[in-house]
Amino acid sequence: MKFSLAIGIALATLLAACAREDRPLRSEPVLNENKESIALSSNAPGLGGPVEYKTGTRSQYEKVAFQVSQGKKLFTWYNCSGCHANGGGGSGPALMDDVWIYGSSIENIAASIREGRPNGMPTFRGKIPEDQIWQIAAYVRALGGFVSSDVASSRHDEMYAHPGEGRLPAPPERTTSQAGLAEPK
Amino acid sequence: MKSRAKLLIVQLALLGLSGCSGSQSALDPKGPQARSLSDLIWLFTAIGAAIWLAVMIVLLIAMLRRAADRPDPLVLQAPVERRSLLAVGSAAAATLLIVIALTAVSYLSQRRVYAKAQAGVVIKITGHQWWWDVSYESDHPDQMVRSANEIYIPAEEPITVKLAASDVIHSFWIPNLMGKQDLIPGQDNELQFTADRIGIYRGQCAEFCGWQHAHMGVVAVVLPKDQFAAWRTAQTAPAAQPADPIRQKGEAIFQSKACVMCHTVRGSSAASRAGPDLTHFASRKSIASATLPMSRGNIAAWIVDPQGIKPGTNMPNVTLAPDEIDPLASYLEGLR
Repeated sequence: MKFSLAIGIALATLLAACAREDRPLRSEPVLNENKESIALSSNAPGLGGPVEYKTGTRSQYEKVAFQVSQGKKLFTWYNCSGCHANGGGGSGPALMDDVWIYGSSIENIAASIREGRPNGMPTFRGKIPEDQIWQIAAYVRALGGFVSSDVASSRHDEMYAHPGEGRLPAPPERTTSQAGLAEPK
Repeated sequence: MKSRAKLLIVQLALLGLSGCSGSQSALDPKGPQARSLSDLIWLFTAIGAAIWLAVMIVLLIAMLRRAADRPDPLVLQAPVERRSLLAVGSAAAATLLIVIALTAVSYLSQRRVYAKAQAGVVIKITGHQWWWDVSYESDHPDQMVRSANEIYIPAEEPITVKLAASDVIHSFWIPNLMGKQDLIPGQDNELQFTADRIGIYRGQCAEFCGWQHAHMGVVAVVLPKDQFAAWRTAQTAPAAQPADPIRQKGEAIFQSKACVMCHTVRGSSAASRAGPDLTHFASRKSIASATLPMSRGNIAAWIVDPQGIKPGTNMPNVTLAPDEIDPLASYLEGLR
């Protein structure tokens, strides 16, 4: 009796494996682009890095391996490497170091891609669908070592100068925040 | 009654035969390589059928024959023993001979199918999830042509197809014209074939390559030599500037939306290579790798909801305002 109960429970547990990770295919409507409201600096006096507001979207992207690897593909397709050179930096800043001029959180990176930044970074608003912007932002987070190693890929399909994003060192801990440098989260 | 049954059998047999012809059938060869393969199929089928028939006849005889009274089974009867040894021995020898003969025949056929001839027209085909990037190579840069999902070829001229893959393994196969050849990332394969009948043939990715593997078709259009030359010249031209205001608006939408991030339209500033070249998009026979026939309605359907038609495809759903769909479809429809 106990034995059959154990088997029944084991079989019922197996059923749980039938649920698959959901992959949203249809891009979000363009009207949703503005739902993330991000303030980049506060009017508060004194030293302090850029203010980062976070919403729930981050976990849908930087905790899902599929989204990070899609971002990696799009990073090449949309020629981000033209300026950022696979994360190493060129005419654009490096994305693998721990300097984040406009904030290191995925919301800030997505905003950098969507709206552009002074001195070179163009705006991709309307050119890249919102979900793809978030995928690329998740991959940029992986380049910075912020994404856990079971989500970021451990190897590349092509030759790169650095190991797979899953094997990049985690960003160093900062005790005090410096102006212009955001604390890694 | 009897004649009716006969008629039915004849009709069924004819119906079976009609399954052999078609625009995507290895049993309807339109070139020497495909013919060699189809001969092989028929030869194997005929020999297999003959063997099956012989076995069935022997089985039937064994079932129907009355078992003879056997004398004492412990006493060896030399003539009977010799007879059965001969039967088993000859059957084994025949099996061996048939296996060796079929191996030799299929080896020779394979040599014919994958033989190297002069290069002729050289086409480089790169497999992507889930479409074919087609580019015609030439020593003269002005004769290079880039297209997608369709190959136009001259009849009775050798064609060399260079095969590469960008993501996973695909397999290029137009059954009426050739045998299969895989497209493997990091490995360059080559295939040569000749088409000797004018017509339109359909092919299909023959190696499971992901979600939309079934919607990864390819179309081969075999043209007379002079028409092929005219096609090639037309394809080298850049896209004409749209003249009417609706198409001009469509071009502006194309250039300002996500389209321009992946597609090329030669003659405009769209020059990305992540997706199919659209310079002469509307001159093709189908949309999205032989998924939809080319028509204005299908173009509009595809740009509005590619993820509904081909879920998982790399073309995202790009949000378009209702009054943007018609100009964009008009613009694309005019890319001939």
